Amino acid sequence: MSEQIDERLRTELQRQGVWVTSMQDLYNWGRKNSIWPLQFGLACCAIEMIATAASRYDIARFGGEIFRPSPRQADLMIVAGTVTKKMAPQIVRLYNQMADPKYVIAMGACAISGGPFKQGYNVLKGIDRYIPVDVYIPGCPPRPEALLHAFMELQSKIDSQKLTGAHKAVHLDPKQPSEFPVPTFGKHDLEPPGNPVVFQPPKIER
Amino acid sequence: MTPNPYLFIVILVGVALAFPLIPLALAWIWRRIFQPSKPGPDKTSTYECGVESIGDAQIQFHSQYYLYAIIFLIFDVEAVFLVPFAVAFTGLPVGAFIAILVFLLLLVEGLAWAWGKGCLQWQR
Repeated sequence: MSEQIDERLRTELQRQGVWVTSMQDLYNWGRKNSIWPLQFGLACCAIEMIATAASRYDIARFGGEIFRPSPRQADLMIVAGTVTKKMAPQIVRLYNQMADPKYVIAMGACAISGGPFKQGYNVLKGIDRYIPVDVYIPGCPPRPEALLHAFMELQSKIDSQKLTGAHKAVHLDPKQPSEFPVPTFGKHDLEPPGNPVVFQPPKIER
Repeated sequence: MTPNPYLFIVILVGVALAFPLIPLALAWIWRRIFQPSKPGPDKTSTYECGVESIGDAQIQFHSQYYLYAIIFLIFDVEAVFLVPFAVAFTGLPVGAFIAILVFLLLLVEGLAWAWGKGCLQWQR
């Protein structure tokens, strides 16, 4: 493990042309540099996501250019846009169908909280009610630079994930769930309105 | 002593087998040591586009359909005969006109008969 290597020894060895690494660093280095996003867009944020993938912003510089149309082959779900209550069960099911390890970026005000439609009747007030979100990007819509920043944040998160021990990554823990319950259409709202395993809103004290 | 010329082919076969098998074996060992298997009803479902599949993928056409197919075939052949008839209509003698009318009448009679037998009624 990386914390067992003396940093000074490592830099000294690097100066002599000897690279020392650990299994965990090698594993995380490989994963963080080839994140394949799931190819789907929900609303106007998807246009910014497309711009990020195209030549001007070029997410390929970070290893994330391979947008997969199948959840079986994707590592990252970029929830780009307004999640309506009609669409939420499909999003959760797509997340469930992704193979571990999987990550979620909630892009834009709608995906993180419902945005300008928060008071409306048909928009989900944040996708984090049903699935765990790794990086939130505010903005309406966020610029491609913001998505790139979120991507880099996700890379640093992946880089810091532990392979063993008590604080190992979620996908390596057999007790942590990989699928989350898909909400169903109730009489007035989605049932249940939130998954308490992943969504604990802060209590407001007045 | 010169080496057997087929030795290189044997070495190439060995490399060609090891090249895909070693990463697969490494992935398998990795899964056994670190990655716990987490299957689930959504993850293992056949259809993968976020929508639940309805019914079976192996649908069958009802055998009743062959009656429609036969009737369609007969009137398709009739159309093939009718096109030259319509093209040559102005230059036809009376005998040829009556002949084609008899032909049409036979087919219409056949349709009426099939209709009367209930062949056009879709039965399950």
